[in-house]
Amino acid sequence: MKSSRTDFLLLAAGLLALWQLVHWAVGPDVLASPWATIARAAGLMRTSAFWDHAGATAVAFAVAAFISIVGGIALGLWLGLRRFAGDVADPILGTLYSIPKITLYPIILLIFGLGVSAKIAFGVIHGVFPIAIFTMNAVRNVAPVYHRTARVMRLTLLGAALTIMAPAALPEILAGIRVGVALTLLGVLIGELFAATAGLGFALRRAMDIHAVTDIMAIALLLFVFAAGANALLRIVERRARHGG
Amino acid sequence: MRCRSHDIKVGVVRAALILASCAALELLCRLGIINRVTMIPPSEMVAALWNILWAGLYNADILFTLVNVVAAALLAVIGGFLIGAALHALPRVRRPLVPLLSAYYAIPTFVFYPLLIVVFGVGRTALIVMGAMFGVVAMIVNTTLGLGHVPPVVAKTGAILRLDGLRQLALLRLPSAAPHLVTGVKLAVAYSVIGIVAGEFILATEGIGKRIAYAYDNFDNRTMYGMLLLLLIGVMAVNGALSSWEKRLHRRFGQR
Amino acid sequence: MAGEPEGQISLRGVTKVFPGHDGHADVHALGPVDLDIARGEFFTVVGPSGCGKSTLLDVLAGLSTVTSGSATFEGKRLDGQVPDGIGAVFQQDASFFWLDVWDNVAFGLRRRGMAKADMARRVDDALAFMGLAAFAKAFPAQLSGGMRQRVCIARTLVLEPKVLLLDEPFGALDQQTRLLMGDELLRIWRETGATVVLITHALDEAAMLSDRVAVMSARPGRFIEIVTTGWPRARDSRIVSDERFGAITARLWDKLREESLRAMKTPDVGQED
Repeated sequence: MKSSRTDFLLLAAGLLALWQLVHWAVGPDVLASPWATIARAAGLMRTSAFWDHAGATAVAFAVAAFISIVGGIALGLWLGLRRFAGDVADPILGTLYSIPKITLYPIILLIFGLGVSAKIAFGVIHGVFPIAIFTMNAVRNVAPVYHRTARVMRLTLLGAALTIMAPAALPEILAGIRVGVALTLLGVLIGELFAATAGLGFALRRAMDIHAVTDIMAIALLLFVFAAGANALLRIVERRARHGG
Repeated sequence: MRCRSHDIKVGVVRAALILASCAALELLCRLGIINRVTMIPPSEMVAALWNILWAGLYNADILFTLVNVVAAALLAVIGGFLIGAALHALPRVRRPLVPLLSAYYAIPTFVFYPLLIVVFGVGRTALIVMGAMFGVVAMIVNTTLGLGHVPPVVAKTGAILRLDGLRQLALLRLPSAAPHLVTGVKLAVAYSVIGIVAGEFILATEGIGKRIAYAYDNFDNRTMYGMLLLLLIGVMAVNGALSSWEKRLHRRFGQR
Repeated sequence: MAGEPEGQISLRGVTKVFPGHDGHADVHALGPVDLDIARGEFFTVVGPSGCGKSTLLDVLAGLSTVTSGSATFEGKRLDGQVPDGIGAVFQQDASFFWLDVWDNVAFGLRRRGMAKADMARRVDDALAFMGLAAFAKAFPAQLSGGMRQRVCIARTLVLEPKVLLLDEPFGALDQQTRLLMGDELLRIWRETGATVVLITHALDEAAMLSDRVAVMSARPGRFIEIVTTGWPRARDSRIVSDERFGAITARLWDKLREESLRAMKTPDVGQED
């Protein structure tokens, strides 16, 4: 799609122009210019300190995302297949999903202490519930005709789960993973903002404390590019799983 | 079709489950398996909250946060709706923008809060802008979703009924998008709360978030858990009310 | 042939070509088509899927402009604006899910700024006429597909259209319901005196309901045959046992079979629907 690429470039140019205009309006103490931000981001990427922080975040994020995905899917599958348990849990999950988890940071800190386990826990409580909710709904929404088809084909329960239910529910589960992984990253970064001594969130916090505007914006930009890239990648996987549906 | 007896059974089991969890937590705390420095028993949290409310200790903080949330949520909902509607009218801007918007919530937006403080100073305005910034994107996304899902046949019917563009929007497209818009409102409110409380945690002179952070720093667990409980109850009440409104709407209008 | 329009609706040499985009070729959907539909006639169009039936209906409704030729309604050119006096019901469910049945039916009258009492009387009449009186306060989500389609028909009828355009309105319904809705349609047609243009893929429906049935070719859609049924104005679904019914249906299928085969071989670009 050639025209969509042009549109994307035009949008990017428009956003940069808007950014520059706001920069001129409010001054460099509030908003660094796009050029300065990009230059600082490139500069940061040449320092080893940045990669130390990025590595710390990446490890915590990877572990938290893994726990969120596995835990969320397992919980969602169980609640999706057990109608009654699902009905009981549905509003509880919804509430856990929507409470501002940032308010729980003192509790997490008191339980896990300062360090990597606290930020992983923070990532997991952000990511696990949306994945569980999406998975549960995905399993519940598999068309009843698929259940009947599986029985007519005389498939075993496991066979039906693997060959029919899983592929049928997959696109929806992948959408849940896309949302959940983004929130896991948010959770890890919040954890680092308040409860860590390493990681990009910690670097952000330090930049905030000394009001290093360009640093804040450069790190945020890099994180945003990473998140948008991961999101786009997961969207492609999701579209493949839908097979044009 | 669900029957009433099923609904009642589900409600009873759910209530029992929640009560049992609280009782278990209470027991773990009382037996010292969870030590008092980490968490006080739930019953003491309730007592602490009662004392705070009874003495009116933090009424000013509670009011401060409440007013901020209402202002931020209003800004987020109205602004998000207008931006979303504009984006709907501009598909060439919308299509490349939507993936960027869904990455928005992976970034802790409140790292920009200090920058807002430079503009607006420490106080209400910076917090309200922070909350609105956090909530507005959820409203934008859901507005474009809702307007995008209006069935073509509805628009066609509008043309047959000889409605002009504005009337088609007001009488057909908006009501048709209503279920998505309500979801947008619900999320915008929830995110506005997160933005404001996070801002109060980081830097503020008053507010519920400020009280919790201050109590935490001073090892004042009773105040901290009391205020946390208040915040959770408030959020759950608002979210519950908006969710049940959303559910009623979806049920009455059918799944579309 | 050409010259003064003769019918209430007249098409002269009408074609419709959808311009291709993103490197796709233009799609020639319709025509050239000549047609005169008389006031009060029950006219049906059958044709293979993707033949441009819905495009024809859009032109008749004034929903889309013609590429060449002329389309007129009561002597006035149709130019992409829906003229007063046209009502349409589509295959897809167009009931407004946010309004109850009563308000759905009242929708068009409200737009006209009619006095409350008049409006209430006409809505109640339309609901009774369509057998919906007991469901006035129900929401569409609580009704079956057939009932929702009745709501759409009532919402259209209450405006007393001069021409009723129906784009496969019973397409999603089961056969028994279709036959009964067909009876109702005949009753509506007789009692309102409106001109009815029905688009359908069901040959028995076409043979049973219509004064004339036009058979359309595969894309680009043209009329390859117009069959006059010769049924009396007072008729209902029991006409299927008339020996001429079988002959008419057979004749329609005879014309349509070849076109349907041709249509199946050309990939559908999705202009229809």
